Amino acid sequence: MIYFDKVSKVYNGGKSVALHEVTFQVAPNEFVSIVGHSGAGKTTLLKMLIAEDRPSSGQVFFESLDIHSLSRSSLPRFRRKIGTVFQDFKLLPNKTAWENIAFAMEANGRSDEEIGENVPQALELVDLGDKAWNFPHELSGGEKQRVAIARAIVNQPDIIIADEPTGNLDPIATYEVVQILKKINDLGTTVIMTTHNKGVIDALGRRVITMDEGRIVRDDAEGKYVL
Amino acid sequence: MITSIKRIVRSGFVGFWRNAFVSLAAIFVLTVTLTVVGGMIFIDQLLTASLSQIQSKVDINVYMVPGAEEAPIMDLKSSLESLPDVAEVTYTSSDEALAQFRARHQNDELTLQALDELGDNPLGASLEIRAKDTSQYESIANFLEAQRGAESPDSPLIDRINFSQNRDAINKLTNIIDTVERTSYITMIVLVVASILIAFNTIRLTIYTSREEISVMRLVGASNMFIRGPFVLQGVMYGVIAGVVTLLILYPVALWLGPGTEAFFSFNIFNYFVNHFGYLFAILVGSGIILGTVSSTLAIARYLRV
Repeated sequence: MIYFDKVSKVYNGGKSVALHEVTFQVAPNEFVSIVGHSGAGKTTLLKMLIAEDRPSSGQVFFESLDIHSLSRSSLPRFRRKIGTVFQDFKLLPNKTAWENIAFAMEANGRSDEEIGENVPQALELVDLGDKAWNFPHELSGGEKQRVAIARAIVNQPDIIIADEPTGNLDPIATYEVVQILKKINDLGTTVIMTTHNKGVIDALGRRVITMDEGRIVRDDAEGKYVL
Repeated sequence: MITSIKRIVRSGFVGFWRNAFVSLAAIFVLTVTLTVVGGMIFIDQLLTASLSQIQSKVDINVYMVPGAEEAPIMDLKSSLESLPDVAEVTYTSSDEALAQFRARHQNDELTLQALDELGDNPLGASLEIRAKDTSQYESIANFLEAQRGAESPDSPLIDRINFSQNRDAINKLTNIIDTVERTSYITMIVLVVASILIAFNTIRLTIYTSREEISVMRLVGASNMFIRGPFVLQGVMYGVIAGVVTLLILYPVALWLGPGTEAFFSFNIFNYFVNHFGYLFAILVGSGIILGTVSSTLAIARYLRV
């Protein structure tokens, strides 16, 4: 479903290498964790996938589509197939939880009926039905991240990309978020997650890709956190 | 399409209210800019009014020999009127000149008595010539001198042309008018450009505070139109409100300055404000909208690049 073909990324005209000829595949309905030290290239890898940055060389395929050959105007349409979750939540501060989730649907051109139907379902899935009208600053870190997940899944994307989704959360919120991601994966969505959290990886028991200095150093089907 | 326009409009209004403080700052700066523009329009009007008033006082007088026939004077008048530089030629017959002279000296018994002593009318007819522009008097005077040169010496018509006496004063006035006009235009341009830059920067800052929001919108797959729309709409709203506020500010100012300008320039700025309200409204609100729209469109463009 996703195929990285010898993708490299260099900054400062070759002085710093973020990715070095990375090649791997992700099959549909996989739950892949990417681990590595800070600066190992995890986030750069995800940026390549959502076309926020271009590779210096190599290609990234989504199904049979070369992502970086897309024109600027067709990028939004492509991004709607991917749900994103970030360490710093990236919620719109001036919108309530409901509006944040509804915004992703509005941007997608969904009808008001669909929005009225799907937003409560998404909030229910992340167990936040009672916080729909709260603004992000009125929510705890775990709650914010769950709103972000609800926003990511509400358009029924093919993939969820989570960049250190538990980085700012306490152990209980971390557990809840990982459980939700797992549930989403069980419902049939591919999940790609980067993390630093050993406990999360060991509890998941799913595929783990280990990165170091821009290269993939391990790729285990039922990995443990080894660094 | 219609739902997405509806959503853009709604989100523009919501963003405007929820960022009330930022909106207020942008409106304030735009208002200052538009007030500068409005003030410039006023100053320009005052300047034009006073200049045209001064200009209307400048003329050339041609005095005819006393007792000259009226027919050749009328010929001269029509040949003057056919010159492209001439705006107006007024004929004063010798009888009218005498009547004016008497009226002017009605309290001066001595002069009137002397006039009565003379018996017949010592004053000649005259032509008063007004040019379209003060710089054109020179060529009109040259034309008149040529006319005088061509006259037969035994039946002269033109007695005196008062241009050479007035020439220095007229030239000086022409220079002053030119300089004042040029300086005021340069000052206006500098002030207007400076305030436009400040307004542009303020709107850029308001969008800068939303850059995170814009990146989030991009991540959830919002199209550029959908992201840009609400911001551009907010720019338009800033412009409209600032334009209206500026008119509300200028109204009492014009009311207060009205009598003063009437007395000094014989041009009432308040009457101008009232009579040209539509024009001022269009200029101020229009430039507010253009400023707001262009600023937000330019400012947001850099956050939409991938």
